[in-house]
Amino acid sequence: MLIWIALLGLILFSVTAYAAGRRKVLSAAGGRARLMHSLPGYHGAYLALWTAAPAIILLLLVSLFGAQIEEIVLRADPPAAVSTLPDSTQDVFYNDVVATVTGGQVSQTIYDGALGSAFAEKLVQARDIHRSLTTGALIAAFILALAGAAMAWPRLSADFAARPRVERWIAVLFLACSVVAVLTTLGIVASLVWESWRFFQAVPVFEFLFGLTWDPQIAIRADQVASSGAFGAVPLFMGTFLIMMIAMTVAAPVGLFAAIYLSEYAGPTVRAVVKPLLEILAGIPTVVYGFFAALTVGPLFRGAFNSLGAQFIGGPLDGLGLYLMQVQNQMALVAGAVMGIMLIPFVSSLSDDIINAVPQSLRDGSLAMGATRSETITRVIMPAALPGVMGALLLAVSRAVGETMIVTMAAGLQARATFNPLDTVTTVTVQIVTLLTGDQEFDSPKTLSAFGLGLTLFLITLMLNIVALRIVQRYREQYD
Amino acid sequence: MTPMSNPRSSFKMTAQRDDALASAGTSRAAVGKVSATDVSVFYGDKQALFDVSLDMPDRMVTALIGPSGCGKSTFLRCINRMNDTIPGARVDGKIILDGEDINDRKVDPVLLRARVGMVFQKPNPFPKSIFENVAYGPRIHGFADNKTELADIVESSLKRAGLWKEVADRLQAPGTSLSGGQQQRLVIARAIAVSPEVILMDEPCSALDPIATAKIEELIDDLRSQYCIVIVTHSMAQAARVSQRTAFFHMGAVVEAGATDEIFTNPRDTRTQDYITGRFG
Repeated sequence: MLIWIALLGLILFSVTAYAAGRRKVLSAAGGRARLMHSLPGYHGAYLALWTAAPAIILLLLVSLFGAQIEEIVLRADPPAAVSTLPDSTQDVFYNDVVATVTGGQVSQTIYDGALGSAFAEKLVQARDIHRSLTTGALIAAFILALAGAAMAWPRLSADFAARPRVERWIAVLFLACSVVAVLTTLGIVASLVWESWRFFQAVPVFEFLFGLTWDPQIAIRADQVASSGAFGAVPLFMGTFLIMMIAMTVAAPVGLFAAIYLSEYAGPTVRAVVKPLLEILAGIPTVVYGFFAALTVGPLFRGAFNSLGAQFIGGPLDGLGLYLMQVQNQMALVAGAVMGIMLIPFVSSLSDDIINAVPQSLRDGSLAMGATRSETITRVIMPAALPGVMGALLLAVSRAVGETMIVTMAAGLQARATFNPLDTVTTVTVQIVTLLTGDQEFDSPKTLSAFGLGLTLFLITLMLNIVALRIVQRYREQYD
Repeated sequence: MTPMSNPRSSFKMTAQRDDALASAGTSRAAVGKVSATDVSVFYGDKQALFDVSLDMPDRMVTALIGPSGCGKSTFLRCINRMNDTIPGARVDGKIILDGEDINDRKVDPVLLRARVGMVFQKPNPFPKSIFENVAYGPRIHGFADNKTELADIVESSLKRAGLWKEVADRLQAPGTSLSGGQQQRLVIARAIAVSPEVILMDEPCSALDPIATAKIEELIDDLRSQYCIVIVTHSMAQAARVSQRTAFFHMGAVVEAGATDEIFTNPRDTRTQDYITGRFG
C-alpha cells in the first residue's frame, strides 16, 4: 500500500522535474527555443525520466518479488515444530505467515500447540521483515530519485542533446512492452509443457494420442470399482475435426462468395451498408451464438429430422426413420452450422482484403480483353488471390478448432469416435472446460489431462497458423 | 448479323481487310476508323473532357499528346468503354466505330472490347504462364476449336509482337518472370491474339528503358499495317517517331489535330507550339 503511495509521489515529483527542467533551459537560452539543440520539452522529459524511472523500476521489483524475499528469509531458520512437517504442509505454513502479514489469501488451517507458538513467532519475524523491506525500498527509491535528478540537472543546457536521449528512453519503453508480451507467451507455453509432462508420466503418450476411449475418471479411493480412467484422445480430436469440417463447409463458400460480391460487384452504397453489418456479426460474443445454437437451431434441426424420420416409418427405410425420430437437440451438425455462421464474417473480411489487394491493373487488363466480370474473377482474380484466400481459410480453421462455447452448448458432452453429424460429440476444448470447472485437485491425471489436451491443441493451431501466415506472406510479396 | 454482335465474324473480317486505306498515308482526308464527335466525360460532378471531336483513321497511328491531366487517357478509355468500369463516370457524345455508335444501348461493352484492344501504362501480365497469358482472349471468346489452333494463335501473336524468339523455349514460365519490356510485348501479344481492329495504348513505354522503348516503337510501326492504333504518350519525340496523326489535348479539350508532320513543323495554335517546343507541360 505504502509502495503505491510512494509511486504516486514519484510521479508528482517527476512532473515537477519536467517543469523545472524546461524552465531551466529556457532561461539559459534567454527564452529562445531556436538557439537550443532540443526543444525545452525534451529537456524537461529527460530530467523527469531520470527522476522517476529508476525509482519506479525499483519499487516495481520490490512489489513483485517482496513476498518471495520474505519467505526465503523466514525459511532460513525453521522452528523445530515446523521442520518435522512434510514439505507440502510447510509450504502452506509459510504461505499463511506471509499472507497474514501482506493481506493475501490465507488457508483455513488452524495452528495450535507447538505449531501455534511457532506461527506466532514467525508472524512477528515476518512483520519485521516486511516493515524493513518496505521502508528500505522507500528510502532507496527516494535516494534513487534524488540521485537521478542530481545527475541529470547539471547536464541541462542550451546545447545539450536531450532529444536523442529521450528517444532512446522511449525505445527502451517499447522494447520492455514487447518483452512482456513475449515472456508471457513463453511462460504459458512453459507451464503447458511442464504440466503435460507430468500428465504423460501417468498416461503414456502413445495411449493418449491413439487411444479410442475417453473416460477421464480417477478413483477417489484405491479400492473403488473401475478405478482406472481411459485417456484416449482420438474421440475428442475426431469430434473437433467433424465440427470444424461442418463449420468450414458453411463458412468457406458463403464467406468467400460474400467477399467476392463485396469487392467486385457491390457498389459503394451497398458496400457501405453490408460491410458494417458483417462486422457486427463478427462482434457477437460466441456465448450468444452458443445459446442461439442450443435454444433455437438445435430444436429446429431436431424437429426437421424427426418429422423427416416419421415419413420413412413403415417404408423400406424404416430403420433410418426410427433413427431420425430419435435425434436429439444436441448434435455435431447444429454446433458446426452455427460455428460456420460465426466464421462467415471472419472469412469474408479477410478474403475481401486479399481480393482488394489484387492490383486493379489485372482487372483492367482482363476487362479490356473483353472478359466479363465473372470471367475476370474466376480466371484472373481468384488465381491471383488463391494463396491468400487459402491462408484466410486456414486461420478460420484454427479458430474453429479452438472455439469452445458453441460446442459446449450445442454438441453435447459425450466422447464418441464418430463422423455422423447427427450424433452428439465433444471436442478438445469442451473437455478442457469440463475437466477444470468445479473443485479439482491439481495432481490427478484427470485434471492434468487438460494440459495434455491443451498442449496438443496448441501445437495443432500453431502449425495451422504458421502455414497460413507463410502462405499469406508469400502472396503479399508477389505484388509489393 | 452485324460484326459488332459476333466477335468471330469480326475476327474473319479483320483477316480479309484490304490494304487500300494504308496508302492514304498522312493525307488530311483520311477516313476515320474510329470517329469521335463532341465527347464529354464526367467523373461525378467534375468534367474531364469537353466536346472532343477526333478522327482516328485505320492503318495509322494516332498520337494523343498533352500535359498531365489534360484528358488524353480519359479519351482513350472512352474508345473501349473502359470508363464504364469506373463508378460515377458518364460519357456523352458519339463515338463511331465502323459506322456504329459504340455507346448505343444495343452494344455490349464486353464484345466491343474484343474488337478494341488495350495496352496499359504498366505491363500487367496475368499471374499465369506466358502461353496462358496470350491464350486468355482466344479461350474466353472461343476462337480456337482445339489445342493446335490455340497453339497456332499463341505462336503467331507472339511472333507478331516480336517476342517469339525470346520465349519459344519457355512458354510455361510465368508471365511475370519476363523483363519489363518483354512483359509489355507479351501484353501486346495478348491484345492482338483476339485480332482486334483497334489497339489503344496508354503510355506503353513510360515504365520502360530506352532499348525496350525502341523495340516497342518498332513493333508499333509494324502493327500499323494491320490495325488502327491510338497511342497516348508523354514523349513528343515518340509521337513524332511513331505516329502519322497527332492530336494535342489541353485542359480536357483538343486544341489541334492533324498530320504529325504538320503539327510538329507548323503548329497553328500558340499553345501547341509552346507545348512542343517545351515551354510548358
